[in-house]
Amino acid sequence: MKIAFTTKGTEWDSAMDPRFGRTEYFLVYDEDKDEFTHFDNKDVENDAHGAGPKTAQKLFELGAEILITGNGPGGNAATVLEKTGVKTFIGAGEMTVKEAFDAYKNDKLKPI
Amino acid sequence: MNIAIASGKGGTGKTTVSVNLASYLAENDKVVLTDLDVEEPNSKLFLETELFHKEDKFKMIPEWIEDKCTLCGICQKVCNYHAVIQLGPSILVFPELCHSCYACSELCPTDALPMIPVKMGELSHYINDNLNFVESRLEIGQEQAVPLIAQTIDYVHDKFPEDIIKIYDSPPGTSCPVIEATKDADFVILVTEPTPFGLHDLKLAVETMKELKKEFGVVVNRHGIGNDNVFDYCTQENIPVLAKIPNSRRIAEIYSSGRLVYKEVPEFKEQMESIKNFILKIKKEAAE
Repeated sequence: MKIAFTTKGTEWDSAMDPRFGRTEYFLVYDEDKDEFTHFDNKDVENDAHGAGPKTAQKLFELGAEILITGNGPGGNAATVLEKTGVKTFIGAGEMTVKEAFDAYKNDKLKPI
Repeated sequence: MNIAIASGKGGTGKTTVSVNLASYLAENDKVVLTDLDVEEPNSKLFLETELFHKEDKFKMIPEWIEDKCTLCGICQKVCNYHAVIQLGPSILVFPELCHSCYACSELCPTDALPMIPVKMGELSHYINDNLNFVESRLEIGQEQAVPLIAQTIDYVHDKFPEDIIKIYDSPPGTSCPVIEATKDADFVILVTEPTPFGLHDLKLAVETMKELKKEFGVVVNRHGIGNDNVFDYCTQENIPVLAKIPNSRRIAEIYSSGRLVYKEVPEFKEQMESIKNFILKIKKEAAE
């Protein structure tokens, strides 16, 4: 299972980014391989419009099945995520990645 | 001559100035008033006019035809607004993000994204003697005001090619809808109030108008509250102050009951007279 986090950095201790469409990075944890990869999403800053669907599409390309984020995606991004079957959990915007992962494992995050 | 009534801050009195000025001018001359605040048009509330014409307005959106698509990905690459997204074997179109630029549709090698019309709003044209009033109303759920504003201005230009005074009540703020509403104006009247908020947003509006290389002047509404900073700023920047509308509960009450203020408050009418004289002066200068 690949779990993607919206983050402000590339480390396990980095802060989560509460935003979805305009998140700075994705940190992707591959549970099966126990491997971390990250994806820099900062070029989305240049987009005045459509950040949500664009980011959701990247998430799809990264192959994540679970998304852990803060505020949750907006309408357009949610349409893409639903279509790709990604399961989204929100409420981790104020945590570090590690805290967010633990909260997810302990069923403390809200699914949408 | 096209005169846009704009402001940085909302609620400063754009509609008050627009409907009173247009009605006052229409006592002598043919005038067109257009409400371009298509997300919440309200000028009509103050006008007794009869419906002359109504039409639906459409914007063009691509529609994906799965059978024709080869999933080459060109459409999503050329879309600047991420309104077309390819997800594995399907293409998703987000109509609210689409700016009707036709790039995806024109560049699709297999014609799998034809453009189809989607209703975005309604335009209504009303008349009362010398006063023509045009307004458009965005459909609920539609997010983009700009295409409807552009089509409304086109309607006015088509119907009234003659050089008469055309007043455009613009949306508030300084974003795309305001740019669209003011970009064809020969002169822009910025309505503000003499408060710190009013000044702050006036500065943003002034910067926007400078960027658009517009001629503009200021009308100060609710004169008497706040402080003199707006006047100091206008002096410093060489911006003409066309009128000072006094702060008065009576004016607010008349406005709130949907009546025209200039007909009942002489001090208000004097201010409309000042704006009228200014407009007639620049119109004459432009004709020379």
